[in-house]
Amino acid sequence: MQTENHQNAVLVLEDGTVFNGKAAGVIGQTSGEIAFNTGMYGYQEIFTDPSYLGQILIMTTSHIGNYGVHPDEVESDGLKIAGIVSKKFSEIYSRIAGNASLQDYLEKDGVVAICDVDTRALVRYIRERGAMNAIICSDGTPIEELQKSVKQVPSMEGLELSSKVSTKEIYQVGDQNATLKVALLDLGVKTNIIRCLTERGCHVTVYPMHTTPADIIASKPDGIMLSNGPGDPQAMLDTIANVKTLIDADIPVFGICLGHQVIALSQGLKTEKMFNGHRGVNHPIKNIETGKCEVTSQNHGFVVNREEAEKREDLVVTHLHLNDGTLAGIRLKNRPVFSVQYHPEASAGPHDSRYLFDTFVENMKKHLN
Amino acid sequence: MPRDKSIRSVLIIGSGPIVIGQACEFDYSGSQASRSLREEGIEVTLINSNPATIMTDKVVADNIYLKPLEPESIEEILKAHNIDAVLPTMGGQTALNLCIKCDEMGLWEEYGVRIIGVDIDAIEITENREKFRDLMGRIDIPMAPQDTAKSFLEGKEIAQKFGFPLCIRASYTLGGSGAAFVHTKEDFEPLLTRGLHLSPIHEVMIDKALLGWKEFELELLRDANDNVTIICSIENFDPMGIHTGDSITVAPALTLSDATYQRMRDMAIKMMRSIGDFAGGCNVQFAVSPDEKEDIIAIEINPRVSRSSALASKATGYPIAKIAAKLAIGYHLDELSNQITGNTSAFFEPTLDYVVVKIPRWNFDKFQGADVELGLQMKAVGEVMAIGRSFQEALQKACQSLEIKRNGIGADGKELRDQDQILRSLERPSWDRLFHIYDAIKLGIPFKTIQEKTKIDFWFLKQIEDLLFVERRIEKFTVNNIPRELLFEAKQKGYADRQIAHLLKCLESEVHAKRTEMAINRVYKVVDTCAAEFPALTPYFYSTFEDENESIVSDKKKVIVLGSGPNRIGQGIEFDYCCVHGVLAAKECGYETIMINCNPETVSTDFDTADKLYFEPVFWEHIYDIIQHEKPEGVIVQLGGQTALKLAEKLERYGIKILGTSYEALDLAEDRGSFSNILKENNIPYPEFGVVENAEQAIELSRDLGFPLLVRPSYVLGGQRMKIVINEADLETTVVNILRDMPDNKILLDHFLDGAIEAEADAICDGEDVYIIGVMQHIEPAGIHSGDSYAVLPPYNLGDLIVEQIREQTKKIALALKTVGLINIQFAVKDDKVYIIEANPRASRTVPFIAKAYDEPYVNYATKVMLGEKKVKDFNFQPKKSGYAIKIPVFSYEKFPNVNKELGPEMKSTGEAIRFIKDLKDPFFRKIYSERNLYLSK
Repeated sequence: MQTENHQNAVLVLEDGTVFNGKAAGVIGQTSGEIAFNTGMYGYQEIFTDPSYLGQILIMTTSHIGNYGVHPDEVESDGLKIAGIVSKKFSEIYSRIAGNASLQDYLEKDGVVAICDVDTRALVRYIRERGAMNAIICSDGTPIEELQKSVKQVPSMEGLELSSKVSTKEIYQVGDQNATLKVALLDLGVKTNIIRCLTERGCHVTVYPMHTTPADIIASKPDGIMLSNGPGDPQAMLDTIANVKTLIDADIPVFGICLGHQVIALSQGLKTEKMFNGHRGVNHPIKNIETGKCEVTSQNHGFVVNREEAEKREDLVVTHLHLNDGTLAGIRLKNRPVFSVQYHPEASAGPHDSRYLFDTFVENMKKHLN
Repeated sequence: MPRDKSIRSVLIIGSGPIVIGQACEFDYSGSQASRSLREEGIEVTLINSNPATIMTDKVVADNIYLKPLEPESIEEILKAHNIDAVLPTMGGQTALNLCIKCDEMGLWEEYGVRIIGVDIDAIEITENREKFRDLMGRIDIPMAPQDTAKSFLEGKEIAQKFGFPLCIRASYTLGGSGAAFVHTKEDFEPLLTRGLHLSPIHEVMIDKALLGWKEFELELLRDANDNVTIICSIENFDPMGIHTGDSITVAPALTLSDATYQRMRDMAIKMMRSIGDFAGGCNVQFAVSPDEKEDIIAIEINPRVSRSSALASKATGYPIAKIAAKLAIGYHLDELSNQITGNTSAFFEPTLDYVVVKIPRWNFDKFQGADVELGLQMKAVGEVMAIGRSFQEALQKACQSLEIKRNGIGADGKELRDQDQILRSLERPSWDRLFHIYDAIKLGIPFKTIQEKTKIDFWFLKQIEDLLFVERRIEKFTVNNIPRELLFEAKQKGYADRQIAHLLKCLESEVHAKRTEMAINRVYKVVDTCAAEFPALTPYFYSTFEDENESIVSDKKKVIVLGSGPNRIGQGIEFDYCCVHGVLAAKECGYETIMINCNPETVSTDFDTADKLYFEPVFWEHIYDIIQHEKPEGVIVQLGGQTALKLAEKLERYGIKILGTSYEALDLAEDRGSFSNILKENNIPYPEFGVVENAEQAIELSRDLGFPLLVRPSYVLGGQRMKIVINEADLETTVVNILRDMPDNKILLDHFLDGAIEAEADAICDGEDVYIIGVMQHIEPAGIHSGDSYAVLPPYNLGDLIVEQIREQTKKIALALKTVGLINIQFAVKDDKVYIIEANPRASRTVPFIAKAYDEPYVNYATKVMLGEKKVKDFNFQPKKSGYAIKIPVFSYEKFPNVNKELGPEMKSTGEAIRFIKDLKDPFFRKIYSERNLYLSK
């Protein structure tokens, strides 16, 4: 907390703009696409969310680190974030159930962070200019050098990243004797998706992303869960084709975030890169079919084109984002398949949309009979 | 569902006079609700007995009833207007209780009026603690073990069952009246008796005390389609055991993980849904166990807007009352837009990229003998809120806003160094515990001890400790060699220039010059509900020290109105009323209006009021930086009470234009010597007086002046420490006591005109002409502070000659003081002679009262005069005069059972009501007139 001990650090944006701050996490350099998350709680869940792979994330809330980290509040096996930008970064924490400080946690996984940045100015800057790459540097490299190297960082557009976070081995979670068996195609799954399924009495088998549809169908799952994950969905041609095969097998399918985008692509819809993306835990969604609204957790920089979806006879637009009217959920008319752009498993975020897992379970039960 | 078209006319019930636990936050919510409904073309009828409110203005509602909040008044309204629905959620517990009363009498049914915004069952279930506990049990929401006692015996049985410590709360009361912690059996019995007495239904709840648990509040909104959002989370810095109104609070919650926060969110939504299906706002309070389990327990739920929702609105920028009113008439949240961004949905949860700290403002100095320990019963009379980019910055700014002669927390040479006293204060908190935590750390009291005694979350305590580290580093330097980085860090952590000057042993102006030279300047950020995700349309700013400034200065002509800071006795809602009208009048004259204030309960800090709102301490440094940034034509100081007025001297010194009466004239009125010269020149009698510096001089002077004498320190508010003495011994004690508590203060002695009648007049003057807006006669004889007296407008038994003298003297003095704007003059009438006691060349407490009684916008006129846009003769004054209006002082004594209730020259009332009477035969008038001598203190 005594910032006097902190080294200076800089954040350099793709266009050469520099923001100053102090070093947090490990000393070094990191690069990635810069994005901002407006959630006020849940930094640990966010930083361990595989969908954030390769991203430098600005936390807009004033303070992070206050409550340390907790062994259970992880969304994967470790930090997935490329770098962190914050205002106040607390190295001390008060939570009795916590087992380490955020600083220790970042050090363990070697994550570079920068704090004491005018994050509000930074958000206003990138809000106007859209997604771009950035470098955080606390090792004293000259600015000019950083300004050069930031241009070399690959663009997120066209980048397939799921294979970097997908499980290498098949594994199983939940009660072996459960009536409902879910095959989960891991594109970068958040732990809480699995938990939401097992809590509902499902047995979950998690498959590496390159598993063939034939292998999955052969295991006779009652339903298929397509997880969230990082990267540009349009770069995942194999997965899109595989998902199409799975859907055609008439098994109930539920897709979340990247899983949703892949379903949409498999049905001939298009996805596009968003100017700023949605990242936070306060996003308003309206369920068109029930008229009810949900406050949702979101993290996506690509979105399914709404106009095309609305023209289609064979699918229904089920959810819309209330702020910008973007597409947030679809359902196929002739198949037990539905998906949402946001995160019903939350973690971090509100639990308003957990009913979608119930819907999935019902779809599976119906399909059983 | 769009709005319910069957609702064309709505009645809003106000909260009545300001009392502890129910202050001007309800003027804010009522005004917002009314405007929100009128936007929809709905006719709004408003009832409130409090004349000093904006909500009872013609600018806010269609039909206004300044009537007692009784079913009779409601029936009168229902007979006169075709009311479709009543909205009782904007006027605190008072309005809800009146709504229930009318419901029991069948009034709503008889006149076909729907209750909107809440339902009677919801009020019933949340107020009846036994039913509430049963309901929570049914929906699996844990609560502290508790039980209800309807008799003394039942109470004792419960205590035996639970063991101590316990907590007793009286049912259906306000602001925790009758609530207390009980640590021992001896204390239990009297407190049980008191609780039973205070409850209108003779019932108390006894719960096992969760002392030391962490306390949180959530503010919810729900629409008729059952969509719910959480507008704000608030964490109490002070753990369970201190009423939330008396707790320092922080938004957003800073020590909660997402997992625990979401559990709490789920519980809050479940609770709101369980108590009914009304559309509106709701406040839910929780306790969280300070251990690894993080158990959450529900404390209570309030199905209405509250002090916390006003705070949440100011803290987030989300106008809760305004939206709640729209929901009450049928709108769904997703059909409304977020006013701040203009194009995103009102259905969302605001996110903050700053920290808000609220600190209550107490007035224990006014209640000698009161129990100053904080507990379950609210004792604060007001509050301040501060916004910063970190907790430390917000905390420092909040301390600077309090106006308790501190420059922030620490670094002002005022720390306590007595270990025993500090330890006692940590354990038995009063208004100054926050400062004593700092003192304790500085003194080297082990951190663990501080934590054990206060039970405050470790993270918060560490933030305070860190301030001390910063100070130690600064102290090693002088203003000449302090590194930029360190000075910048101190400013980012909220330190005032004055505090830094104290540490560097130099002048405040030197620190200011140094940081200007180093380009360490305040920048202004926007409160926008969305952490800059979307562009914001609202001009709601706070300052910090960072890279980017968002407050763009326009090229329009501008005026700054200084607000009145936290409510306190002697300076309450009246001044906020004046500030708001000042702003509106300046707008009418084509000025860009800029408001500076730090009181979250007010209408002046609604971002809809002024063209630009700076939510900042009314503290020199912050004001000066805003002035330098905005470069206004001038500053209006005479509307914000003493807070604003006392900054006049410095404004003058820095060459900033004061609009209206000049500093010179303001000072003339304050300075007894020069003022009496003016009186002498104008042949106006005044009580003989003198100024002394010690008790010896006082005794000497008393021989010239003669007893009884009025003794008071100079330059104080609301007659603070003013006393009437009748002999030398009395005088000596009083003078010594004042000098002990307020060293270096000069003391004024006035000959007290025993048995005189008091009167006062308010006037508008442009330097050439004077218009007297009203003359009031007090009912009690001289000796009782004007704020505590019943005042009758116009005078009820002063002879014409006397009233003429009062008018003449008012005119003379207003002109002699070169008044431009408002002036209030106090008189004493004895033996047909009119004496002037004092003159205040500023808006007074009675201006809103007269404006309401005569139905004329006097503050608006006075502001136009101050701006030089109009002369007194330009206005066509047409006061509506019929019968009399009585200003009724209202006290909050039930909060201080041990305080002497006798009145005297020191003001004690917290609020006021207005009552209109036709003639002097009125029974209410006869009663108070016959009792006029009862309260006099000697």
